Amino acid sequence: MRPENQSRRSFIKGIIASGAVASTGGLMFISGCSDNSSIPASGSVERLISLNINGTVRRVDVLPNETLAMTLRNKLGLTGTKIACDRGECGACCVLLDGVSFNSCSMLSHSLTDKNITTIEGIASPAGELHPVQTAMIEELAPQCGFCTSGQVISAVALLDQNPNPTRDEARQAMAGNLCRCGAYDHYLNAVLRAAGEIA
Amino acid sequence: MSTKDMMPHFDLFQPSDVENAIELLDRYGAEGWAIAGGQDSLAWFKDRVKRPVAVIDLKGIPGMTGITETAEGLEIGALTSLTEIANNTVIQNSYSLLATAAGRVASPQIRNIGTLGGNICQDTRCWYYRSGMDCYRAGGNTCYADTPEGQNREHCLFDADRCVAVSPSDTAPALVALDATMVVQNSDGIREIAAEDFFIGPDVDIERMTVLEPGDVLTSIKIPARWAGATFYFEKVADRATWDFPLVNIAAAIQLSGNTVEDIRIVCGAVSCVPRRLTVVEDIVRGSTRDAETIDLAAGASSRGAVTLNYNHFKIPLMENLVRRAIRDA
Repeated sequence: MRPENQSRRSFIKGIIASGAVASTGGLMFISGCSDNSSIPASGSVERLISLNINGTVRRVDVLPNETLAMTLRNKLGLTGTKIACDRGECGACCVLLDGVSFNSCSMLSHSLTDKNITTIEGIASPAGELHPVQTAMIEELAPQCGFCTSGQVISAVALLDQNPNPTRDEARQAMAGNLCRCGAYDHYLNAVLRAAGEIA
Repeated sequence: MSTKDMMPHFDLFQPSDVENAIELLDRYGAEGWAIAGGQDSLAWFKDRVKRPVAVIDLKGIPGMTGITETAEGLEIGALTSLTEIANNTVIQNSYSLLATAAGRVASPQIRNIGTLGGNICQDTRCWYYRSGMDCYRAGGNTCYADTPEGQNREHCLFDADRCVAVSPSDTAPALVALDATMVVQNSDGIREIAAEDFFIGPDVDIERMTVLEPGDVLTSIKIPARWAGATFYFEKVADRATWDFPLVNIAAAIQLSGNTVEDIRIVCGAVSCVPRRLTVVEDIVRGSTRDAETIDLAAGASSRGAVTLNYNHFKIPLMENLVRRAIRDA
């Protein structure tokens, strides 16, 4: 039973963060536990690591075979990052690594300990004010089902950081790593160019 | 096919220098796996087709990234990202063939993390092999692609030997065209291998795409100044402009004097297990003017000896036209 005044989304996120979701937890550890009975070889990585995410250092227990997308969603409750293909083919799990976009499903969490990671949760200001890219996407009605949107926002933010005034073609190239199965590509492009106008 | 659970367990090592990495690779032998950007490796692990006991992450090794100008030309650390290569001004100015090729790999996100070394050493994309079937390349005794019903639209035209898989790399043809050298280190020391000899076909070893053996680490790629500032041409034909591997790609370095070709190296990717250097084309074109007659002759000769499979006949005219364009439009 969730409290009356709590949204479904924050309720679910709270539960994941507390590590109490049986199904997700089970799925996570099936392979880990069954194969993990042996003691890790000496010299291999420690499981408890620090990740700098959205400006905060988070201590987290990470398996050596765990991708950042898994860590973000299942260990840290940052479920804004979506896993769709889990193969680096769709861009839904895009996050920023020192300002550069990459697919968090295709990177081991352990290789990111000394890096600054920004997820979709870190794009808006701490006070909750939306990034110009996010506002522009709302105004241009870019998201339809919304599943690819967090990845689209990340790619757009990465582009505008490097090239504040892209042409439509440059924007199209930069956004080419994000699939949208609703086919709202042109709406997203309109939003990127609108945001560029507002940031510049 | 796409599972969204964890990869099977492995022990992860993060050595801080090459010697340490090699020691680990030697310790684990065939059960060890060196990982660079991981854009190819992790998919293998997720599919449970490759199950290494130990994964040795090379990314923490400081000396293996970066682009340095040397007296002989350029030295590129094997872990340099494809984005960095595509955007580097020295490469853009003098060796734009490589910058263009690197910029055509996969998607922006993958280029940001994927490395030059990884792009060269990646395994083939034959889906029978990648889905874990016990084909020749996987140590079995069948090829599933070269059968009457086999889906072999992406497979090879040349030098098939039981296996019909192709080299999927975009940067490899560019490096062979630039006459690059691969610097490989193992516990015995450092050796340098010409790019042309680095890639091996199934007739040499059916289970490997390169000369690298367990315990070998590709540390850097040297590009000689010989072709700096030459006239270049790169084109990749793929089903989609992003992500897809080449159906055929072409990389050419041409030294022109007026309209006469003084020297040329031209290499075609995704038509055989190795980047295929088209020496016949080079011999026809070298010393000739770039007129229609020469170009037609060269294009026709490029596909000589091709043996098609059921679904890849289209690669012959595609390859010939790319050769034609490379010489005409470079």
